[in-house]
Amino acid sequence: MGAGHTHKLYRDGASPVHALPAHCKLAAVFCFVLIVVATPRTAVWAFALHAVLLAAVAATARVPAGFLLKRLLIEVPFVAFAVLMPFVAEGPRTHVLGLDLSVSGLWGAWNILAKGTLGVAASVLLAATTELRQLLLGLQRLKMPPLLVQIASFMIRYGDVITDEMRRMRIARLSRGFEARGVRHWGVLAKSAGALFIRSYERGERVHLAMVSRGYTGTMPLLDATTATRTQWTRAAALPLAALAVCLLGWTL
Amino acid sequence: MSTTAPAPSLAVAGLAYAYPDGHQALFGVDLTLRRGERVALLGPNGAGKTTLVLHLNGILEAGAGSVTVAGLPVAKAHLAEIRRRVGIVFQDPDDQLFMPTVREDVAFGPAAAGLRGAELDARVTEALDRVGMTAFADRPPHHLSFGQRRRVAVATVLAMRPEILVLDEPSSNLDPASRRELADILRSLDVTVLMVTHDLPYALELCPRSVVLSGGVIVADGTTQELLCDEELMRGHRLELPFGFDPRSVTLPG
Repeated sequence: MGAGHTHKLYRDGASPVHALPAHCKLAAVFCFVLIVVATPRTAVWAFALHAVLLAAVAATARVPAGFLLKRLLIEVPFVAFAVLMPFVAEGPRTHVLGLDLSVSGLWGAWNILAKGTLGVAASVLLAATTELRQLLLGLQRLKMPPLLVQIASFMIRYGDVITDEMRRMRIARLSRGFEARGVRHWGVLAKSAGALFIRSYERGERVHLAMVSRGYTGTMPLLDATTATRTQWTRAAALPLAALAVCLLGWTL
Repeated sequence: MSTTAPAPSLAVAGLAYAYPDGHQALFGVDLTLRRGERVALLGPNGAGKTTLVLHLNGILEAGAGSVTVAGLPVAKAHLAEIRRRVGIVFQDPDDQLFMPTVREDVAFGPAAAGLRGAELDARVTEALDRVGMTAFADRPPHHLSFGQRRRVAVATVLAMRPEILVLDEPSSNLDPASRRELADILRSLDVTVLMVTHDLPYALELCPRSVVLSGGVIVADGTTQELLCDEELMRGHRLELPFGFDPRSVTLPG
């Protein structure tokens, strides 16, 4: 539990949302995002309702709003260009606070911002209530290609090992009086990156050797096959179903 | 050997091997390990120790000669069974422990062999219990100390109930306490052990018998104490005792 893969994104808790099997939650979030994307952008109130739905899930999961909002900042670099759209898009124009803006550009920006934010918020909630390890098992159960799941799980296992190796290389550089100042030193950094790549590659070969030595033949044995009950699926489906209702209202009203 | 004796845990006969680039590493190695023996494989760097180890579970294919594990020849047809019988513990536990948690890592070998459910759980608990790491089953391996990781690495192969345990430099990077703990664990196991090491006092402590591999052949095979006291042999094959260590002064238990 506590000592598992307590990744920074994960927030330990005992809420009904935490208790749902990972694959139910994954499927629910995926459907929710699809429905949000399918909601017409002109139905502004529909997005507010979607946000209320997410807030309800967050409340059930006992994830504080501050935690969620801080995590949402990850979105900023991705939506930065949405801000530009009202300035560069063509078509009829309007004036807001003395700025000359394109109407279709404004709608476009709103579209990206609203849908992006809701999608990221849903993912942040998923990550906050599901352990990384469980997420991978969930993907495996949802019949994601096993090779991709393996790659992801090795990334998690060896991320720290490689970061540590990088740190040691940095300390070795510093100990010999090297400090990167400006472009002229990029060569050294590039060579370090190359060395790190070779080392990681060789480690990969050693790991593979160790796996083969223990009978690995290309597939990871699926250890605990937890299945979800009908009630659990129903609970997980509550979010996408509610969102679907909102979406349909958005199209008909 | 009489015909009624059990097949030796490991029988290597006339094993020769050259790497694809033409570099020949082994020139006819003969080595037999009786069941339950603990044997140290000594030799300078580049003597071919790792190459020999990789033949034991069929990672490398013999150029000439044969390897037999408890009567079963190492061959393509039954590699899975050979890899279950030969448990190799590699030098760097970070290479050996590749699963997200200790439990899953220990379960990997038996699960690959088809074990599931309660039987698998029992196997994992038993293996972790033998190395005293049961309390750490749900930890990710990289959160353990180096000594603990080495012990879990031993558990990962014990879980396969191997006929022979092959350890590559088991004492490297361990502090004296972890080193002793590992020695206690190895002594408590009733499996055949082949231990590749440069740590001569450790070999003396754990292995009644040693063999010296040098230049791709076995150049000496005898009791560890005798070999370590043979100054000419030691000098001839770049084997050196730590400063102040006199193997003659050590009284070995029974």
